[in-house]
Amino acid sequence: MSHDTAVGAPSAQASSSAATTPPRAATTAVRPSGGRAGAAAGTVWGRSAPIVAALLGIVAIWYVVSYVFLSESRRFLLPPPHQVLAETVGNTLVIAPMLAALVQTITVALIGLTIAVAIGMTWALVMSQWKLAEKILYPYAVILQTIPILALTPLIGIWMGYGPPARVVVCVIIAVFPMISNTLFGLQSATAAAHDLFTLQKATQRQRMTKLMLPAAIPSIFTGLRQSAGLAVIGAIVGDFFFQQGSQGIGGLLRTYTLRLNMEPLFLAIIFTALFGVVVFSIFAALDRFVVGRLFGVSTR
Amino acid sequence: MSTGTAAPKVTGPPPETTSSSDPATPTLAFRGVAKVFPTGTRALEDVSIDVRAGEFVSVVGPSGCGKSTLLRLAAGLDGATEGEVDVRASTTSFVFQEATLLEWRTARRNVELVGELAGVAAAERRRRAAEALELVGLAGFEDQHPRSLSGGMRMRVSIARALVAEPQLALFDEPFGALDEITRLKMQTELQRLFQLKGFAAMFITHSISEAVYLSSRVLVMSGRPGRIVDDIEVPWSYPRSPELRYEPEFGRIVGRLSHALEAHS
Ligand SMILES: Nc1ncnc2c1ncn2[C@@H]1O[C@H](COP(=O)(O)OP(=O)(O)OP(=O)(O)O)[C@@H](O)[C@H]1O
Ligand SMILES: [Mg+2]
Repeated sequence: MSHDTAVGAPSAQASSSAATTPPRAATTAVRPSGGRAGAAAGTVWGRSAPIVAALLGIVAIWYVVSYVFLSESRRFLLPPPHQVLAETVGNTLVIAPMLAALVQTITVALIGLTIAVAIGMTWALVMSQWKLAEKILYPYAVILQTIPILALTPLIGIWMGYGPPARVVVCVIIAVFPMISNTLFGLQSATAAAHDLFTLQKATQRQRMTKLMLPAAIPSIFTGLRQSAGLAVIGAIVGDFFFQQGSQGIGGLLRTYTLRLNMEPLFLAIIFTALFGVVVFSIFAALDRFVVGRLFGVSTR
Repeated sequence: MSTGTAAPKVTGPPPETTSSSDPATPTLAFRGVAKVFPTGTRALEDVSIDVRAGEFVSVVGPSGCGKSTLLRLAAGLDGATEGEVDVRASTTSFVFQEATLLEWRTARRNVELVGELAGVAAAERRRRAAEALELVGLAGFEDQHPRSLSGGMRMRVSIARALVAEPQLALFDEPFGALDEITRLKMQTELQRLFQLKGFAAMFITHSISEAVYLSSRVLVMSGRPGRIVDDIEVPWSYPRSPELRYEPEFGRIVGRLSHALEAHS
């Protein structure tokens, strides 16, 4: 709504960059009937089947590339899946540090997401209360969203050091925008008539917030949460990649393996990051469906 | 309670003592009201209307002539630019064109909202909500969310929410505009029954002339923008009115006269 006018040109860039724009949130806000296939099968399996199928497809393509497109001398560029697993999963020297790194990255992502959610919701709440605050604060959110993180990393390193705190900062910067924009959109989504209703009943500002604006915002907040969670994973891995001091994260391992051309561990690390992303996305998508379904009386089963 | 921006306007004792059942004092009075929006749009011009307890007054007029503006002034949601709007009702209810239900609340909790905002105790609130829902024929649907109700049922919830406050003045802004013809006729009968039962003063906006005639004791015709009252027609029949009334020749004559007035002034 009004934040589009508040930002002018920059918002166009922000809009095209990710699925984080208000109009998108609008479509998801009215959706809760869930995936059609999921509703038909009526089970968790029904919903995860497409993802499993996609994973199997990737494995199949992987084999084809390894064996059909690559000659034996060049097969090290993409070792087949079973070889990757055989040389890594059974090897404690590889798997132990990798699991430790994964735990480290998950920790950064969770801390980053929590901070991003807290900052994003507070930011949106303040903007929803005063038009002037929205005019002043929204451009900063857009700048945060549009500035390439690469441009900031040197500065973050100088200020914060090169360990886990800097990784969290990167994670927050990358993950915070969907939380701000979706929450704000949600808080502004109550209709003018609904606001009139509250005015007629002489509702206090607090009642208006807790009984109208916040409940109306919940579907959008969960949409934002889902998007931010996905970005927090990316942010944590990018943070690992740049800030290598302290215990290594999975992004740090990616870099090490790449430099040493350790192809099998490199592929396992990639698989882990991909699975991490899929799992986080699925958890928050399920949470979204469940909460919104409960709240609006649409059955999720 | 008095709304508007003109300075000396509140005359007479406060609403608690000036009971709206006193037929001499109108529950709602517009006196020479004009409304100009900051954008420069002149929405209303020299509007004077009295609505008394037990009166059902409909307003018909071309689209954009200022009907919703009129209701917003009556509700105190906006102030008059000139003239005064005098409301002598301790409670005013508003029924919007859309049902305007809170989607995350069940039918019962939507009706309870009014009491919640006013600080009515939970048990009392619940009792009144159940009563109001029963009255609009929604007993058994209390725990449904708006999403699983039909358009007509949603509007019934909206009406129950308006009635639960026991209003002395009820304002309706094209409440049945979005309903199909059959549901609409049914809702008209229902509303008439509720009006008779509760005896509030009603102001009702509609685009349907026959709806206005069927429901109202008086029908006002507004001109195109800026809206003025150009005709004021008494509808003779007492309540309750049978749906068959719509086929009476006299009914047709009144509808005809209103149509002419509308055409002449739009
Ligand atoms: N808040 C506002 N600011 C500026 N102009 C307004 C505002 N509200 C209404 N208007 C204008 O005042 C005029 C009357 O509007 P209003 O909504 O009262 O018409 P209406 O008779 O209810 O129309 P409809 O039959 O289409 O509902 C319109 O020209 C409208 O554009
Ligand atoms: Mg209108």
